[in-house]
Amino acid sequence: MRIPVKPKPAKGPVVPPAGSDPHVLLRVISKFLIPLIALFAFYVQFHGEYGPGGGFQAGVILAVSIILYALIFGLAEAKRAFPPWLVRLGMTLGVLLYGGTGVVAWLLGGEFLNYSVLFPDPIDGQHYGIIAIELGVLTTVTSVMVAFFYAFGSRQPDIEDGDW
Amino acid sequence: MSSWFVTHGAAFIVVLPLLMAAITAVLPAVRRLAWFTALVVVSLVALVAFIVLQTQIDLGAFIYRMGGWEPPHGISLGIDAVNAPIALLIAAMGVATLVYAEPAVDSEVQRKKRAPFYAAFLLCVAGLLGMVVTGDAFNVFVFLEVSSISTYTLVAMGANRDRRALSAAFNYLILGSIGATFFVIGIGFLYAETGTLNMADMRQILANLDGGSRVAQVGFGFVLVGLGLKLAMFPLHTWLPGAYAYSPTAVTAFLASTATKAALYLLYRFMFTVFDPSFDYVAVTLTYVVTALAVIGMVFASLQALFQTDARRTLAFSSVAQVGYMLLGIGLISTLGLVGSYLHLINHAVVKGGLFLCLGAMWYRFGITRISDMAGLGKTMPITTAAFTVLAFSLIGVPFTAGFVSKVALAEAALERGWYWAVAVIMIASILALLYMGRMMMVAYFSPPPASALNSDGRVQRREAPLLMLVPMIGLAVTSVLIGVRGNVYLAEVSENAARVLLPGGGL
Repeated sequence: MRIPVKPKPAKGPVVPPAGSDPHVLLRVISKFLIPLIALFAFYVQFHGEYGPGGGFQAGVILAVSIILYALIFGLAEAKRAFPPWLVRLGMTLGVLLYGGTGVVAWLLGGEFLNYSVLFPDPIDGQHYGIIAIELGVLTTVTSVMVAFFYAFGSRQPDIEDGDW
Repeated sequence: MSSWFVTHGAAFIVVLPLLMAAITAVLPAVRRLAWFTALVVVSLVALVAFIVLQTQIDLGAFIYRMGGWEPPHGISLGIDAVNAPIALLIAAMGVATLVYAEPAVDSEVQRKKRAPFYAAFLLCVAGLLGMVVTGDAFNVFVFLEVSSISTYTLVAMGANRDRRALSAAFNYLILGSIGATFFVIGIGFLYAETGTLNMADMRQILANLDGGSRVAQVGFGFVLVGLGLKLAMFPLHTWLPGAYAYSPTAVTAFLASTATKAALYLLYRFMFTVFDPSFDYVAVTLTYVVTALAVIGMVFASLQALFQTDARRTLAFSSVAQVGYMLLGIGLISTLGLVGSYLHLINHAVVKGGLFLCLGAMWYRFGITRISDMAGLGKTMPITTAAFTVLAFSLIGVPFTAGFVSKVALAEAALERGWYWAVAVIMIASILALLYMGRMMMVAYFSPPPASALNSDGRVQRREAPLLMLVPMIGLAVTSVLIGVRGNVYLAEVSENAARVLLPGGGL
């Protein structure tokens, strides 16, 4: 039996002729949903101190909005909106934001990651310290999730279907 | 400034490589920039680790409260006589390997992957140091994974030279993850039993419960198997030969001298200071299971080493056998046994790291991986081969070398327990070591060099390794002799202090 060869996808954004797009519903609804998903990510992020949530969950949700964009509009478009160099930088920046908070605590004379010394009032210190840390987690988790998706999505199969 | 390191050094040696790894990962691919950054960072870490060791010797054990939270609720780092020397050992071996790594990695890893390579190396250093210094059982698991995942990456980077590195890394990934999972399941059971993750607290509660219920026993089993996989305890060592043989040469040297050692430290920590050999199940397991596996591993892995054609696989199987020596010291459950085990841990790190550096230099100059290709190295690379010979003698246990000191210590400990058969096994494994190391040296010294190594007039052309490779391997060879000659002065005291902390009651 011969497996039919799939046509290779065209490079660049797919612009179907007007009126013939079978995925028009998906596109329109995604366009509507993606900003809401991103907004919800930030809600989870900043609500994390008071309820369930925090940097990790928010990072995953934010990454999901980018991944949904890539699924609907193509990897190339997603890479144009959220370029790979930014992903690499984000992974580093998040770690540095997290660790940097600890280093600042060191410079102010406390133990590593002792937020109480960050501000004159220890309660303020704990408050802003945890926000800085969670921002670092958000940045790294989002970048790593997107990096995974780009890495697997960009992978060319070693053996084409037609080679079998 | 120095007093700041006295207070915060324990955290500093973990945090600095961790954060610098993130920065190194995005450095531009300028030649040597990433290498230089990594070298400076690890040298600084080694310096601070030395300060921490001095502090520990001067002031005794101390803890560092992460984020200012009091233990047992907060995470604390605990420094005592057991882990301070091992932290220094890991950092120092990191410096030695990094000095060697510049020419080696230059020829083994593609240019665009060099910055990520050194980033992964720094992460591995951070993870290993974290595993060693932390006083929190779950934190141990986190750092175990940090070091393991970076190690899988490092092993896979050997693919540029030999594609088998990919399957070796995958094999290591699967088995290493199973090991880590077992470990964390064990921690989960212990948490269920004691309600704490702080190791000192856990010890107190377990002692009050007189070893705890069956939940603690199950936890004990999971922790033992998980750590056994990580430290390549026979027969859980199958990931090791592939990972050592196909990873970049610098990575092999670093892994051989630190990764299994950090896992072995954790075994000390859990068997003796979280659990206690005074609990029945711990004593029985150590005496019968760990000792039996140690002895079988010593003989069987040495025999396997004897029949390898690949030089690095030979040394890898030899590593499994040497782990057997250290486990035998644990199985004795006596202060002398732990002294021998601890000494052998340090000596083996120095010796095996040096041997892998020598083999790496031979690969760098001549592309040698098989023992039969080592012909004539005594003439073409005399200094490297000399260092290799000294270190090989040390591995065998010739007097006035490091291996002799620790093997004698182990034999004395076995005699004290009346285990004459264990002394015989140590002898047999040493003779087997003589055979498999002798086989390499025979080829290197007594076989004529291949025609390609000769000049046009028929004279042998010397092609010694570059200076950056020679310095660390000579340094390690000299260290092994120094330990052999003067080891009873300094190292013996370090090991005795460690053994006293592990077994305050003096064992069975």
